[in-house]
Amino acid sequence: MSNLVWAVKDSALLAKRSILHVIRSYDQVMSLIMFPIMFTLLNRYVFGGAINTGDVSYANYLFAGILVQTLAFGANYTTINLAVDMKEGIIDRFRSLPMNNAAVVVGHIVSDLFRNIISALIIIGVGLLIGFRPNASLAEWGLVVLLAILFTLAISWLSAILGLLVKSLEAAQWMGFVIIFPLTFVSSAFVPIETMPSGLRAFAENQPLTHVMDAMRSWLVGTPMDSSGWLSFVWCIAIIVVSVPITAWLFRRRSN
Amino acid sequence: MHKNAVEVRGLQKSFGKVTVLKDVSFAVPRGGILALLGPNGAGKTTTVRMLSTLLRPDGGELRVNGFDPVVDGAKVRASIGLTGQFAAVDEYLTGRENIEMIGRLYHMGVQDAKTRAAQLLKEFDLVDAGDRAAKTYSGGMKRRLDLAMSLVAKPPILFLDEPTTGLDPRSRLALWQMIAELAKNGTTILLTTQYMEEAEYLADNVIVIDHGQVIAEGTVNELKAKAGSEQVEIVLRDDAAMKKARKALKDANSNETTNTLTLPAPDGVKSLTTVLATLEKAGAQIETASLRRPTLDDVFIALTGHDTTKDESEGKHE
Repeated sequence: MSNLVWAVKDSALLAKRSILHVIRSYDQVMSLIMFPIMFTLLNRYVFGGAINTGDVSYANYLFAGILVQTLAFGANYTTINLAVDMKEGIIDRFRSLPMNNAAVVVGHIVSDLFRNIISALIIIGVGLLIGFRPNASLAEWGLVVLLAILFTLAISWLSAILGLLVKSLEAAQWMGFVIIFPLTFVSSAFVPIETMPSGLRAFAENQPLTHVMDAMRSWLVGTPMDSSGWLSFVWCIAIIVVSVPITAWLFRRRSN
Repeated sequence: MHKNAVEVRGLQKSFGKVTVLKDVSFAVPRGGILALLGPNGAGKTTTVRMLSTLLRPDGGELRVNGFDPVVDGAKVRASIGLTGQFAAVDEYLTGRENIEMIGRLYHMGVQDAKTRAAQLLKEFDLVDAGDRAAKTYSGGMKRRLDLAMSLVAKPPILFLDEPTTGLDPRSRLALWQMIAELAKNGTTILLTTQYMEEAEYLADNVIVIDHGQVIAEGTVNELKAKAGSEQVEIVLRDDAAMKKARKALKDANSNETTNTLTLPAPDGVKSLTTVLATLEKAGAQIETASLRRPTLDDVFIALTGHDTTKDESEGKHE
C-alpha cells in the first residue's frame, strides 16, 4: 500500500486514541459540556441586557460569537495533549515505530474536530433554548458547517505549534488562554465592534475571528456580510497553509 | 546477514558544549545480551536513542540489523523494539488497547493485532488487568505492559533502556525472568542499566561506560576478576573475641568498630573452612561468617575510583 494510505490509516488510529482520551477524561468531558453552556448563559443574561445589537436580538447576535469562541478554546486541547505526548515516553515509542510520525499531530487535531462537533451541537441546543432563531437556508447552514470545520483545523494547527514550543503542561494551559482570550474578546463575538476605542476597533475589525463570526452571523440570522464571507475562508486556509509546515518542522526539530 | 545484530564504532555526540559520548564502540552478536553499564550521565540513553533513530549521531558508525539508522531509519525501526526509561504506555487506554494500537501501527490486520494482544497479555501476566485503563496499573505492571508493547511485532532486536528503574525487588525479578526468556528464544538484547545485579543476572557481556567512553568490557566473570578474588568476612562477637582473632589471623584487614575481619579467600569455601578452624582453635567467638564474591560495584570502583552513584547532575543531558 502507498505511503499516503498508511499515513491516513495511522492518523485515524491515533485520532481514535485521542478521542478515547476525550471520552475517558473526566476533565475534558466536563469542560466540553460546561464551557459552552456557561458562556452562553453568562453572556446572554449578565451582559445581554446592557448590549444594544440593533435590529438583531442579542440571542441571535451572540450565537456566532459563542460558537467561534468555543471552537477556539477547544483547540487548546491540541496544545495540551501534544505537550503531554512530547514530554512523556510515548512519543519515543511512536517515533521508534515504522509509522508516519505526523499521525501524532493529526490524531490530536482530528480529536479536536470531534470535540468541537459535540460542543457545537450543545451550543445549538442551548442557543435555541435562550431564543436563538436562525433563518438560514440549507445552503447557508452548509457554509456555516464548512467554515466551522475549516476554522477548527486552522486554530488546531496553530495550537499544535504552541504545543511543540512549550516546555511544560502548565505553560501549554496558560499560553493557550493568553492567546485565545484576547482574540475572542477583541472581536465581534459579544459586542458590536463600533463601541470599542479606535485602536482596539482597528484590530477587532481586521482579525480572523471577527471575519469568521461575522460570516456565520450573516448566514444564520441575516446580519450584513461585507467582505467577511470570503475573507474568513481566506484567513482559515492561509493559517493552515502556513502552520502545517511550521508544525512539521518543529516536530522534527523537537525530535533531535 | 550481518554476524552482529548491533554494531557501534567510534560513536560521538555532543549537546551544545557538553560532550556526552567521546568514543564508544561495541557490538552485540545475534541472540546475545549486552549490558551497557554506567552511572547516570555516562551516555547510555543517548547511545540507545541514536541506535533507535531518535537522535542523530555527530560521528561514528552504527549498524542495527545491518542497517544504518541515519540512512535507513525505516528499516531500523522495523527491526527493533524499544522500551525507554519511562514507561511509554497510554494511560487512558487499557492494556489491551495499548498493545492493539501498537500492533495496528505496525500495520498488522485488526484480527492479528487482537490475537497478538491476547497472547502478550498472557505472556506478561496482565490478563486480569487487560481491560483496565493503564493509569490504574502499578509501576511493575506498567513496565510489563511497556515491554509487551515493544514486542508486538516480534522484533529480532530489543533495546531496553533501564527497564527496571524504580521497580520494587519482586517486580524487578519478574521482569528479569521475562527478559531472560526472550533472550532464550533468540532475541538480541541491548540493555542499559546502572544496577550491577541486573547486568549480572541478564547479560552475557558487559560494556562499562563512564563519561562517554568505554572503560572496560568483558563477561561478568572477567570484570569481577579485575576487582580481585573472593573474600572471607568474619564478624566477631565482642572486643575480646576480636583481640583473639587478630592474634590468630595476622594477615587479615580489621575494622575495630564493627568487629569485622576480612581476608582473601583464594580457595573459596576451602579458605573459609580453614579460617573458621583457626578461629575456633584460638577460642574467638564468631557472630557471622561469610564468603563474599566481588560485586560489579567493586568492579566499578576498581575501574573508575568512584561508585555508580556519582555524577547524578550530568544525567540531565540524556
